[in-house]
Amino acid sequence: MVAVASTPSVRATPAKRRRWRARDFQGWLWASPWILGFVLWTLGPMLWSLYLAFTRYSIIRAPIWVGLDNFQRAFEGGDSLFWPSLGRTFTWALVMVPLSLLGSLLTALMLNQGLRGTAILRTLFFIPSLTPAVALAVLWRWIYQPDFGALNYLLREIGVTAPPAWLADASYAMPSLMVMTLWGAVGGGTMLIFLAGLQGISQELYEAAEIDGAGRLARFRNVTLPLLTPTIFFNLIIGVIAALRTFTTAFVATGGGPNYATWFYILHLYQTAFQNFELGYASALAWIFFVIVICLTLANLRLSRRWVYYEGEEAI
Amino acid sequence: MTVVVSSTEKNPVVPTARSLGQGLPFFQRRTVREGIWIGALTALVTFGSFLLLFPVYFMIVTSLKTQGASFLLPMKWLPGIQYVPQWENYGEALRFMKWQTAYTNTMVVAVLSMAGDVVSAVLVAYGFARFRAPGKNLLFGLVLSTLMVPQIVRLVPEYLGFSRLGMSNTFWPLILPAWFGSAYNIFLLRQFFTTIPIEMDQSAQIDGAGPMRVLWDVLLPQIRPALAVVLIGSFTYNWNDFFRPLIYINSPSLRTAALSLSAFQAVYGGTPFHLLMAASLVNIIPLVVLFFTLQRYFIQGIVVTGVKG
Repeated sequence: MVAVASTPSVRATPAKRRRWRARDFQGWLWASPWILGFVLWTLGPMLWSLYLAFTRYSIIRAPIWVGLDNFQRAFEGGDSLFWPSLGRTFTWALVMVPLSLLGSLLTALMLNQGLRGTAILRTLFFIPSLTPAVALAVLWRWIYQPDFGALNYLLREIGVTAPPAWLADASYAMPSLMVMTLWGAVGGGTMLIFLAGLQGISQELYEAAEIDGAGRLARFRNVTLPLLTPTIFFNLIIGVIAALRTFTTAFVATGGGPNYATWFYILHLYQTAFQNFELGYASALAWIFFVIVICLTLANLRLSRRWVYYEGEEAI
Repeated sequence: MTVVVSSTEKNPVVPTARSLGQGLPFFQRRTVREGIWIGALTALVTFGSFLLLFPVYFMIVTSLKTQGASFLLPMKWLPGIQYVPQWENYGEALRFMKWQTAYTNTMVVAVLSMAGDVVSAVLVAYGFARFRAPGKNLLFGLVLSTLMVPQIVRLVPEYLGFSRLGMSNTFWPLILPAWFGSAYNIFLLRQFFTTIPIEMDQSAQIDGAGPMRVLWDVLLPQIRPALAVVLIGSFTYNWNDFFRPLIYINSPSLRTAALSLSAFQAVYGGTPFHLLMAASLVNIIPLVVLFFTLQRYFIQGIVVTGVKG
């Protein structure tokens, strides 16, 4: 910072007081489109739903204030689906986040080796994530269909006499959904972001490492991995949030069944709001979720100081 | 994957006759190991793309069948050999979804939203990565927190807001929000800005470059891959978005392609899968073209390591 001789500052209290100069507020100026958008589209809805969380409201009649009733109902067993759906959602995130991060990182690394036809290969890998959800849902239901589906057809061919019913079987539904989601995740947006991150690593560093006698594994561990940490961090945060928000896959493929085996938290929220029209209770559910995800993300941000390496600026 | 290499790599210095492999056992020669590595990778990648593309093949196969034959067992996988390909399905599907109107609308919405997404996210992310602001971390936390609000929560109030402004049944609710920056893109670009050493900004500033100049000449050229991610992501999202058009658009003349695609369900007394698949395939062609064009930015070595004088 250049020391500028006493420019009149916002607060003119002399000496000790920290002086704010116009340039200290530049960040706000750059961020102003987002701040404006936040106030316009997000803040109002959020405050409105916070208010609704303390009411009973079913659209037809005006909201009635009920205090903490909605939260008590969730936490103290008035809603038998609350805890199971929360637990299920966490199990999902615990399995899916590491697997999809690892899978898409490996794919990105493979597609970054400069193989012949890389442009075509990358496009081919990306196509599944461009395919409309309706077409994919039809396809996967057909693969998993117990009697004449492709998977069980194959299993019977190789001698499995009683293959499971997959999506229609409560104990197999969850793993089946996981496989189906991983299939779409491995070559999709996460992979693309890793690929973009890999481009930022200067070739000179690899050459230097090679001259120092570093093998492929050592180069990966000591050059690629540290310099990729900001990208990994991004994908981790987004991945956790996305996994906890899982909705569409289950909604389309199983509708939460069989016997609530894939009844995720947001599905429960959706059901409460738009099938039972308990908008007050649904808002409470939304805020409980919001607080949980914020705590997780803050913990992640805090932990990130230990492992994310920024060249431009220290971590937040 | 890595096992192949790590075990034998002892001390490869600058290529000499020895490190290139002459005089070493066959499998320890550098050129040979390189060949095995590339061969294994190619096999793996090819296998992977077959697995991933199977659904697309299924879509193609189904799109060429006749009404009702889509799921007949045993499955027929070879159009032209096992059955006569019905190419006219494509014409019928496109006519049914009134493709000129649908794709003109989709193009307008997707292009304008994409432009908004990129411009706003670049400016805001630049602010978060490089400028001071009191309470900046708190503000950034707020940005991240909007990622966590379930869409369902915002839906009703947002709809009421746009209707009150008289914007329902127009493209405004689909385009306008993009111009205020989405948290996802802001976070992404901020991460990429922070990987660029701050010394590069500083040396440009010493040469008299203002903030806009630094952004345009120094930073943006280096985050081209990330910009490509934002472009592809935003365009794809808006191209395929079904939910918001469903809520805001009523007039048939304003329908986007995603809406028209959903119109295939429950006609002809049941979903005509062959037409749905044909229309879905046509729908992804522009996305594939866009991706293929932009993927050339994902090439290592475009990073500029100095500042232009």
